[in-house]
Amino acid sequence: MTEVLAARARQVARAGTGGVDLDCDRQSTSGSVSQRACTFCGSRVVLYPIADAIHLVHGPIGCAVYTWDIRGALSSGPELHRLSFSTDLRERHVVFGGERQLEESLDELIARHSPRAAFVYATCIVGVIGDDVDAVCRAVSERTGIPVIPVRSEGFQGSKRKGYDAACEALMSLVGTGDTAGIPRHSVNLLGDFNLAGEIWIIQEYLRRMGVTVVANLTGDGRVDDIRRAHGAGLNLVQCSGSTTRLAQQLRQAYGTPFQKVSYFGLDDMAAALYGIAEHFKDPEMLDRTRALVAEEIATVLPVIDECRADLEGKRAAIYVGGAFKAISLVKALRLLGVRTALVGSQTGTAEDYRYLAELCDPGTVIVDDSNPAELSQFMATEDVDLFIGGVKERPMAYKMGVAFCDHNHERKVPLEGFVGMANFAREVRASVCSPVWQFTPRRARAGRSGTTAHTGRAAAGAAIEVMC
Amino acid sequence: MLDHTPTPVMERTALRINPAKTCQPIGALYAALGIHRCLPYSHGSQGCCSYHRSHLTRHFREPVMAATSSFTEGASVFGGQPNLLQGLATVFTTYDPDIVAVHTTCLSETIGDDIPQIVGEARRQEIIPASKHVIHANTPSYSGSHVVGFANMAAAMAKAFATPIESKKRGGDRAQINIVPGFVDPSDMRELRRLAEATGLRPVLFPDTSGVMDAPQTGHHQFYPDGGTTIEQLQNLGRAEATLGLGYWASRPAAVAVEDKSGVPRELLDLPIGISATDRFLQVLARRGGAIGADLEAERGRLVDLIVDVQQHLHGVKVAIFGDPDHVLALTEFCRDLGMHPVHVLTGTPGKRFVAEATRILGDKAPHSNIGGEKDLFLLHQWIKNEPVDLLLGNSYGKHIARAEDIPFVRVGWPILDRAGHSLLPTLGYAGAIRLVSRMTDALLDRRDRDAPDHEFELVM
Ligand code: SF4
Repeated sequence: MTEVLAARARQVARAGTGGVDLDCDRQSTSGSVSQRACTFCGSRVVLYPIADAIHLVHGPIGCAVYTWDIRGALSSGPELHRLSFSTDLRERHVVFGGERQLEESLDELIARHSPRAAFVYATCIVGVIGDDVDAVCRAVSERTGIPVIPVRSEGFQGSKRKGYDAACEALMSLVGTGDTAGIPRHSVNLLGDFNLAGEIWIIQEYLRRMGVTVVANLTGDGRVDDIRRAHGAGLNLVQCSGSTTRLAQQLRQAYGTPFQKVSYFGLDDMAAALYGIAEHFKDPEMLDRTRALVAEEIATVLPVIDECRADLEGKRAAIYVGGAFKAISLVKALRLLGVRTALVGSQTGTAEDYRYLAELCDPGTVIVDDSNPAELSQFMATEDVDLFIGGVKERPMAYKMGVAFCDHNHERKVPLEGFVGMANFAREVRASVCSPVWQFTPRRARAGRSGTTAHTGRAAAGAAIEVMC
Repeated sequence: MLDHTPTPVMERTALRINPAKTCQPIGALYAALGIHRCLPYSHGSQGCCSYHRSHLTRHFREPVMAATSSFTEGASVFGGQPNLLQGLATVFTTYDPDIVAVHTTCLSETIGDDIPQIVGEARRQEIIPASKHVIHANTPSYSGSHVVGFANMAAAMAKAFATPIESKKRGGDRAQINIVPGFVDPSDMRELRRLAEATGLRPVLFPDTSGVMDAPQTGHHQFYPDGGTTIEQLQNLGRAEATLGLGYWASRPAAVAVEDKSGVPRELLDLPIGISATDRFLQVLARRGGAIGADLEAERGRLVDLIVDVQQHLHGVKVAIFGDPDHVLALTEFCRDLGMHPVHVLTGTPGKRFVAEATRILGDKAPHSNIGGEKDLFLLHQWIKNEPVDLLLGNSYGKHIARAEDIPFVRVGWPILDRAGHSLLPTLGYAGAIRLVSRMTDALLDRRDRDAPDHEFELVM
């Protein structure tokens, strides 16, 4: 059971074993216990944080429920995005169509909440029952005077990535419709940051200190009117490349706006992102300000990192996250903490991402695309990891195996971006890896230890457990 | 989010806001986890299965294993037969379950896949090993709710395995009693079994997620945990004296199916939440050959003692209750028994019976209560704005309302996404009632402490 599915042989590799060429962005094999989500999920993830828009899920109730307020995509103002709106299609709609239901719902929502725009997500059956979502959206938009944007997100269309594309298309239809007067030259849009735990505010603060104006957030703490004038920005910053690179490419094509791929995770990548911006604007004073900022921030967090590193040195980690870009940052961030990555994988990485990961990781590191629980737990055991970094479905699995966990996905509750985020990450990882509870878990107890290094010996010897690390 | 709800209630026909239900497949998936060595199987897009597993994991804090057909564009046009055939092949060669429980999704239902026919085809092609089982339930997401999905999968178990059995007893001399526990936590299933065993009967619960969704730490990720109703137990459902279906929505179809297939009579009961419903549960067990011993009497006595101790804190307390219909009705009765006034009673699950039952339970209080079947939490919030309450009972989705209106909130039902321990401690039975009373009283008294001015803040309450 735990062998890699034969059909998946081309989705698993090891670093240092020659050409890594993973087959990716495939639908999961029928019958596998996949960790993967669908097109709808991808669209919803990207658009959901736009806080002054209506997000109406057109379909049966489930899809709306499972995406209702599940991520802390924080807003500094309106919180319309945190309500769950659904047309709740019933049997009669499947037979007679749901267009009227959709139209009435939109009319009611727009009248009551006066949103700046409405997104309509078409879920699995909408196309099959023949609803013309585009036509309804057009009619309502004409009547109400706000953009009503259909998002083609039927789940069967493919993986999450396909949904990202649908979301980017929806965003593209907004960009270019606002007035760009007054936008300074040193200005950016933030793409692919969803303001989990308030992270985008950290980045905005850095940019403010550098003298860079943020035009639009795409989409964390996002506002429709900002997005409409996003084409006026001087530069697009793309983080979480899986979801919004396409949008950046389209913006470059349509408006000539250059973009930079960035990561705000880890000290190196965060600093590189800020320097990249300063260099782009070719402003020596901004570069000076950036240097000062980076130096100051790093000086504040380094003591924390050093302290955590002392406790974490030599530990082994497994990473399984949504996007490969994030995985790359995590490998580096863990290295800074003295933690070796033994397994790394993602749901949506590209062949190129995986080649880069293979170069980055130590030889022997297992690299997987679209993994499944059996495979992950097998590798977790054989690679004897101390820490797992993943999302909601991986957490209980790791815990069952007596492995520490850090949520680097939708359910993170402390900001992990920025320099301060690296300190938070270090603390989170240490708190879980060094918790005294592992000594009671059978796996660690059997091994007579609760980790791989010296401090666990103390625990095994029955030493005081209040300060294990 | 908290101030987006206007007070005036307007008639709504098309739109669902902040639902108090979800789709059928997740209930079917949860039920299927209650069979030993069963792999639940979602015939639809991969996203559905991923959502259902994540959602169940958030409540139970356990790994949830289920496979999916991973529909593609082609399947949506030409049907999902090839996906299901390949899926079953993958499942049996890779994950080696004893049984696969297939449920449909809105997509496979809409395109009209004929599951029995496809499963038959899989048998013919020997994709399904001879010793293995595949059962299925139709769970269209556009009708019913997650509770109905649970009921449909529970019924599918009975339909697939129950047969008439003449010689009733086996397994010692104790009489067998089947219990369909409803969409409840593993802790509750454990508690039901304990109570039934305490009467001297031999209970067979199906489904039974205890030992699956509350599995202990073993240091391994056990793909199939030790718990769950065994296939042998399902094949022996016909041995029972009776089948107790607990909760009309979640358990009636399964109890009816056992009766249809094996002749074992059904007894339909409310979910045993609170004192009256637990009394009725035990009375039925007694009527079916169980004996209520001194231990159970004492257990009940302790509950009675507690509610006497706290009655003055609960009397007249206005409460709003929402969630799944079987839970809400049983909680409404319990609150009534405690002298509280259920002012708003609401479920998202369809079914006319809900309003009628709630009205009956509330009796002369009914005219002064809002009772809503197939409604949502946006409406509940509006009701509460118009007629405030002292306490809110329901799943985690009540927390936004509780915060906006500053109401003490006791989490009960499914899903609970923001607290832990609920799947380990029962809500059902006398023990569950003790826990409920204690939590409700704590919530009310904590509030009184919080709001008391210094000079009225008391040590002894
Ligand atoms: S597509 Fe249908 S079955 Fe799947 S989650 Fe949505 S409502 Fe449920």
